[in-house]
This record gives sequence, structure tokens and C-alpha cells, in this order.
Amino acid sequence: MNTTAIDTAGTAPSRFICHEEPPVHNGTLLGFWIYLMSDCFIFASLFACNAVLGTNYAGGPSAAQVLDLPGLAVNTALLLISSVTFGFAMLEMARRNQRAMLGWLAVSGLLAAAFVGLEIHEFAGMIAEGAGPDRSAFLSSFFTLVGTHGLHVSVGILWLIVLMVQTGKFGLTEANIRRLRCLSMFWHFLDLVWVGVFSYVYLAGVLR
Amino acid sequence: MPEAMPHRAAIWNFLFGRLSLDSLPFLQPDLEGRIVLVTLIVVLIGGLAILGFVTKKRLWGYLWHEWFTSVDHKKLGIMYMILATVMLLRGFSDAIMMRAQQAVAFGPHMGYLPPEHYDQIFSAHGSIMIFFVGMAYITGLMNFAMPLQIGSRDVAFPFLNNLSFWFTFWGSILFMVSLFIGDFSTAGWLAYPPISELQQGPGVDYYIWGLQLAGVGTLLTGVNFVATIVKMRAPGMSLMKMPVFSWTTLCTSGLIIATFPVLTATLFLLSLDRYLGTHFFTSGFGGNIMMYINLIWVWGHPEVYILILPLFGVYSEIVPTFSGKPLFGYSSMVYATVAIMIMSYLVWLHHFFTMGSGADVNSFFSLTTMMISIPTGVKIFNWLFTMYRGRVRFTVPMLWTMGFLFTFTIGGMTGVMLSVAPADFLLHNSLFLIAHFHNVIIGGTVFGVFAAVNYWFPKAFGFKLDEFWGKVSFWCWQIGFWVAFGPLYILGLMGVTRRLSHFDNPALQPYFVVAAFGAFLIAIGILAFVIQIGISIKRREAYAVGNDPWNGRTLEWATSSPPPDYNFAFIPNVHERDAWTDMKKHGYQRPMEGFNTIHMPKNTAAGAIIGVLSFACCFGLVWYIWWLAVVSFVGVIAVAIAHTFNYHRDYHIPADEVRKIEHTNSWQPDTAEVRA
Amino acid sequence: MNHPSASGHDTPAGHGDDALHVHQGSLRGYLTGFVLAAILTVIPFWLVMGHVLSSPWLTISIVLLFAIAQILVHIIYFLHLDVHSEDGWNMLAFIFTIVLVVIVLGASIWVMYNENTNMMPMSPQYHHHTE
Repeated sequence: MNTTAIDTAGTAPSRFICHEEPPVHNGTLLGFWIYLMSDCFIFASLFACNAVLGTNYAGGPSAAQVLDLPGLAVNTALLLISSVTFGFAMLEMARRNQRAMLGWLAVSGLLAAAFVGLEIHEFAGMIAEGAGPDRSAFLSSFFTLVGTHGLHVSVGILWLIVLMVQTGKFGLTEANIRRLRCLSMFWHFLDLVWVGVFSYVYLAGVLR
Repeated sequence: MPEAMPHRAAIWNFLFGRLSLDSLPFLQPDLEGRIVLVTLIVVLIGGLAILGFVTKKRLWGYLWHEWFTSVDHKKLGIMYMILATVMLLRGFSDAIMMRAQQAVAFGPHMGYLPPEHYDQIFSAHGSIMIFFVGMAYITGLMNFAMPLQIGSRDVAFPFLNNLSFWFTFWGSILFMVSLFIGDFSTAGWLAYPPISELQQGPGVDYYIWGLQLAGVGTLLTGVNFVATIVKMRAPGMSLMKMPVFSWTTLCTSGLIIATFPVLTATLFLLSLDRYLGTHFFTSGFGGNIMMYINLIWVWGHPEVYILILPLFGVYSEIVPTFSGKPLFGYSSMVYATVAIMIMSYLVWLHHFFTMGSGADVNSFFSLTTMMISIPTGVKIFNWLFTMYRGRVRFTVPMLWTMGFLFTFTIGGMTGVMLSVAPADFLLHNSLFLIAHFHNVIIGGTVFGVFAAVNYWFPKAFGFKLDEFWGKVSFWCWQIGFWVAFGPLYILGLMGVTRRLSHFDNPALQPYFVVAAFGAFLIAIGILAFVIQIGISIKRREAYAVGNDPWNGRTLEWATSSPPPDYNFAFIPNVHERDAWTDMKKHGYQRPMEGFNTIHMPKNTAAGAIIGVLSFACCFGLVWYIWWLAVVSFVGVIAVAIAHTFNYHRDYHIPADEVRKIEHTNSWQPDTAEVRA
Repeated sequence: MNHPSASGHDTPAGHGDDALHVHQGSLRGYLTGFVLAAILTVIPFWLVMGHVLSSPWLTISIVLLFAIAQILVHIIYFLHLDVHSEDGWNMLAFIFTIVLVVIVLGASIWVMYNENTNMMPMSPQYHHHTE
């Protein structure tokens, strides 16, 4: 049946093949963006839990009683500024200005570390007051959502350190630039999620 | 542990957590212990035989270098298929044990399985069949065929692909370990609270961590495939020229990306409840059991479309090939796939109509559920119209496809019956539901997998599968399915509920005996499949075929069988849909000169190492062996970071080498075609 | 697949590594984004901490609107998402995600609200706590 002429070692040029290797399109940035989109669904699930369980205080403290809005303001400022300083690092990277880039990265990392430190401090204070994650469904969802975000930021810091080492060691190679761009997306994405956290969990939470 | 020696007990607890000799079921003197002991002996003998064989033949190095560390999508695909087949045997053993129990446990006879053992069996059966059979099969098929179909050399992230496989593999090992160390969850395949919260033993923890591993692997696969399809299609292959199987791979991957994180999050919350005492799904302290059920089905319903869409793609390849015609209504097929992808996210509540959401919520989800059957119906008609006036060749893949058309359509119609919320109040959790979803999953997914295996096997290995045993397998499955599940439909309409290990009413027994006979027929079908593979391997010289044994239409048939590591010596340049048919029509001749150097990813051991370490971490978490969990988790991070310090992940195959390979791969006319 | 920079043969202009050709942002863009984000943060904090409005639900609605606005600011000025990046695939993935996230959140809240109303008619607050 299948007797099409494919049995000879013909060498005639064909329009059905690429005679030169076609350019390779690197998928890393797109792939990482898609991963971030999938991360949205993790946070969506946690937000949904907070929406459904967020007023189930079970006789324990309410959001208005335990949430620390001035501390939140500091944390929000830290994260927003670190987002901008990371942007500055990316601008320096575009100019191939490695030292300035590493400087801005370090600033961003320190700001994020301060954010995580304050968050741990807030958590420890709440647990010491008896408002831990096992006190009520509200507190379970609060600690889990905010903690998951904090965990992401911590992973971001670890990643930042690794990339600073790698850039310091191997320079601004193509691979390193791509990795820094991925981290940049991750960094801004976490700030974006934080907007949802402080607006919905904290600000709206204390009013619900 | 001896109470008199608290010091030793403390050391034991530190070293082994809550693991003790009492946790080993095969040491127990009861019937369950015996069953597990016999299974253990069989597994040990089988395992030792395989290990001995591999060692004797000195295959360890080969397996490690060529398979375990391979980033080649074809090899990973084949490994997924092997994993899925092994797990099919495990999951089916559970099934036949349940059928046997229900056939005998009437009135005074309690059957041979105590309820708590029976409950573990149905929980394991469901979760294994979905996660390690269904998901592993579709991931294997997509891995093997999609990059070939779009004319690329590999996937976008080859290392990630290897890592995904190992996550899935070790997740399945965690499930298998639960058979011999400790016990398994009794909370059903979705681990509904409160049972999953209250069950103290390691069973639910095995379930959680096994699924977390497999789930992360699946998510990474989804990301990988979308990036591959977007970035790596051959020049000229616009989206609307892409084979339908690749389209369904794209949509399935999109669904995976949008749903598996929800599963991860939900199981994470369940584990927080179990490990840290939070109150997401508890009955006190403001927790909400129904929220778990809501969230798990946000994942769960799209999941069934994840399981079926790739097989819709398979049928869309097989029907045109064996009808000798282009697919009828290609665009409508694509739009139907996309519509199903979106709509599958809007129907999840139909799994809990009876939970009390009220009439308006139920009506909404009832309507969406009815609507999603429309694009599926479109597809059925497209396949029928493709066959209409075609020269249909009744090969084994085509037989499975026709079995699918018949069986799946009926399963779809019983699904529409269930979508009517008032009817669902009667049928919810009944054997009617069991019959329905087995009808669509066996009739759709399993039949499709067997169709695909028979279809692509010659591409993967260069020889065809035995026709006779393939047909035996098909007919045993097809008839066995209806004998096994027909009675369940009737029983369900009579009001018999699922997950019962004993019945009082002896009038029901004949139905269950018939169902058990059906399961026995299916067992013969599975056996025939194993024989089919074995015989074909044995007679591989006689069954050898050329590169295009079916007169295929898509690009995977444009390269050698098996394809070389680099898939295509020259990346194809696509002009039409059914690119290979187009090439053959224009008298394409495979070039034998003018090769280029080819750029390929290197194999890496990081995926296999991270897989082992994450298994150790999860095993530690299951048994509260905290040092093991912490050490191996830190190990995972360390290996992952170390891996990023390796910048030299590719190598080049020189043009001379390509030339040599291309001239060795015999590129003969397909004389074997006459066997079709 | 990572391509070491040594192998520069696969980067003809405009096609090779997309990492080098993405929208980089500018100093002006980052500063604009920062100022907008700061404004959109300060106002909701002020509304809530200063008890400006008497109706809590009105305040919540405004806070959430500001959150949506700020998320858009972040997407445009920090993440540089536009219809051209990655041939529109980034945008497509983003829209797909937003639609489904809205479905997950909205439908979950709707479903669970109805279930709480129907199945726990005493009080959705569910104050009693038993061990």
C-alpha cells in the first residue's frame, strides 16, 4: 500500500526539510511564567479558604484583635521597595553593569530578609499570645496563607544568593541573565500576591 | 518497645519515629497478614529475579546511563508506560479482590476480607488507577509522541522531564511500600475528611505524600509540554496545522497547570490539619469539612478531562490513519477540545449535588455539566464521519477505537443522566455512579491507551505487536467490561451503594457473581496484553516493520523506527496539516547527505538523585522520622542548587556521526505493510 | 535547554535567545510604578486605620478595588506584561489564569456560602467549640 518513493537515497533539495538547523527558541522565560501562573492557583486555593473560613473565630481572637496593621504597613513598604530595587538591578543588568547590579540585588535581598524577619516576629508574637494556627479555622487560614507567601519569599532569597554567587563567579552569561530574569518575575509576582494578602486578609479581614 | 527501658525507647523513637515491628502487617497472624505475607514473598521473588537478571547480564550501567539518567523524551515516555503497566497489575489485583469479596460476602458469610482491609483496598485501587496508571499512561504517551509529532528534537526542559518521571516513580513506590510497612488509607481515593483527619495510622500520610510527589511531577510535565508546544514546533507548523494529539496535549497540559496546584494546596492543608493541628477541615474550631470536598473537586473534575483529552487525541490520529482520510472537521475538533478544557473548570459541583448547596447552585452546575457533553458529542460525530466512506482497516488500534466509540458513548449518556441533580440525589454514591465512571475511564482512557500502545509500538521499537493476542485482549476487555459493570448499573438503580464489603440481601448475589466473572474476563484481557508484548518481543525479527507501517499521516512516521536520539536528521519544514501525508504525496525523498551538527541535551543524574532523596523525605514524614525528613529535604535543595552550577548541559552530535546513524538505520520500503 | 554562551551559532539577530530581547523596563517605568503602587497602598491603609467610612462593606469594596488597580500597576510596570511578550503567549496564559482563578474563588465562595446557609442554619459564625 505504502509504496511512496522513500526508498532511494535521493539527495535532491527538498522543501520539506530545513537544510540548516533552525534557530532554537529558548522556552525558559515562558516556562517560568507558566509556572508562576500555576502558583496563582496555589494562592487562589488558600485565598478561597481564607474567604470561607476567615470569620470562623471559634471563640478565639478575631482578625481585628490579633492583626497588627502598623507592622503590616512596614512590611508592605519593605516588599514594595525591594520590588523597585530589583527593577533597578535589572536595569543595571541590561547595561551589563555587573557590580551595580549585584549591589541592587543585595539591597533587594536584605529588604526581603527584613520582611521575612518581621513576619516571623509577628507570627511568634501571635503564637505566644495563644493565637496560633491551631486556635481556630480563621487563624489556620491566616497563618497558612501568609506563611506560604513568606515561604515563597524565603525561597526567593535563597535563589537570589545562589544567583549572586553564580553571577559573581561566571559573569553575566546568557544563562545567568535568563535566570536573573526568571527571579525578577518571581520577585515581582510575590509582591503582586502580597497586594492581595494585605488587602484581603488584613485590611478587609479586620472589617469583616 | 519495652517500657522498662525508656532510654532505648527514646533512641528508637528518634531513629525510627513511630515505626515499629507492629507496623509490619505481614508479621501479623491474621488472614490479612497472610495475604500480605504471600504478596511480599511473590514481590520479593519477582524483584530478586529481576535484580539477579539485571546483575547477571551486567545491565546496571546500561540502565543507569541509557535510561535512568536519560533526558530523552522517548525513553522517558517508555519508562512511564512500563511504570503504568506495572501499577495497572497492582491496581487490578485490588479490583479483583474487591469483586471476589463482593461476590461471596452475603448473609452469614463475611467474605475473606475484614472491612478495614477492604477499605484499604478500594482506597488504594482508586488512587493507584488514577495517579499511577491513568496519569502515568497519558504522560508516557504525550512524552513519546508529542515532540515527534511537532518535529522537535526533545522537550523544552529535558532535565525537568526526567525529574518529573522520578517524582512520579517514587510516589508510586511510596504507595507500594504502604502495602508492606504499615497500612494504607481507608478514606477512599479522595481522602474525604473527617475519616482522613481521624485515621491515626500512617495510611493517609502515605496517600498524601505519594500524591504530593506524583502531583509535583505532573505539574512540571504540564509546564514543560506547554513550553515545548509553544516554542519548539517545526517551522511552518502553525497551531492549526498541528496534529490533534498535540492539540490535546496542549489543552491537557493547560488543565494540569490550572488544577494540580489546587490538589497540592488541598493535600497540603489536609497534612497541616494532620501534622500541626490546624482547623481547615475539622468539625470543631470553625473548620469546614465541605471546603475540602469543594477544593478537591476543583481539581478532581478537570482531572477526569486531563485523563481523557490525550486519548481523544489518540483516536483522532488512529481514525484518519486507518480510514485513509483526513480527519473530518479538524477545526471543530480543536475548538471542541478547547471548549472542553475551559468548561471542565465549571462543573465540579456535580460531584456533590447532595451536599446541600441549594437549588440555584445545583441548577447552574447541572446545566454546565449537560453542556460539556456537547463538544464531546461533536468529537464522536467527527470520528464517525471520518470513518464514513473511508477504507477502514480493522487493525488492533482501530478495534480499540471502535470499542471506545461504542462504550464511551454509553458511558457519556449515563453521565448526562447523573448530571440531572434530582436524579443524582437517588444515584449519588451508588453503584450506578461506579459503573458510569468506569464506563468512561475504561471505555475512554484505558481503551485509548491500548489503542495508542498498539499504534505507536512499531514506532518506538521497530516491530509490531502480535495481532492475535491483541485481538484476544481487546475482546476480553470489551466483553469483560460490560459483564463486570452492566450488573453494577442495575444494582445502582436498585439503590445499592458503593464501598460495601458485605451485603445482607441474598437476592443481590447473582449480580455480583456475574460482575466478578466480568472482572475475571478483564483479567484474561490484561494477561493477553502481557502475552502480546512477550510474544512480540520474542518474534521481533519476524514482526519487524519499516518506519511507516500504518501509512501514517503525521510527522512521527517521517523518521526511523525507533527514532534516533535526535528524532530528525533534518527538522521538517511543514506546509500542510497531516504533514507526512503531504510529504509522501509530493514524493519526498529522505536526504542522505548534507547533514548538520546537532545540538542535544546531556543526560544527568540529578533527577534520579533528587527523586530518591524526596522519597526518603516523604517516608520520614509518613513515619515521623524527623531526622530523615530534614536531612533528605536539605539534600534535595543542595542537589538542586548544585545542579544549577552545571552550565554545560548539552553536547553536539557531529555531522559525520549523524550521517553514520542515518545510513545505518535501514530506510527500506515498508514491505511489512502487507501484514496490516 | 541551556545554551552556554560559548556556542553562539544559534543566535541570529532577533531570533536566538529570547532572554536577551524581552522588554527590559526603564527607570522611569519603575519609578512611575512605585509612585502609583505607593498611592494605591496608602489610601486603603488610611481608609481602614483611620476609620474614615462608617460602612465596613463599603470600605472593603473600595480596598479590594484598590487592590485590583494596584495588581494591574504591578503587572504593567514591574512584570512588563504586554500583548507582545512571547508572541502573546504570556498574555494568553495570564488571561486563562485570571478567568479560572476568578471561577475558583467566586464559585467556591458562592457554593460554600449556600452550603453554610442551608446546612448550618444556626450561625455561619459557628461559635461553639468542642474538642
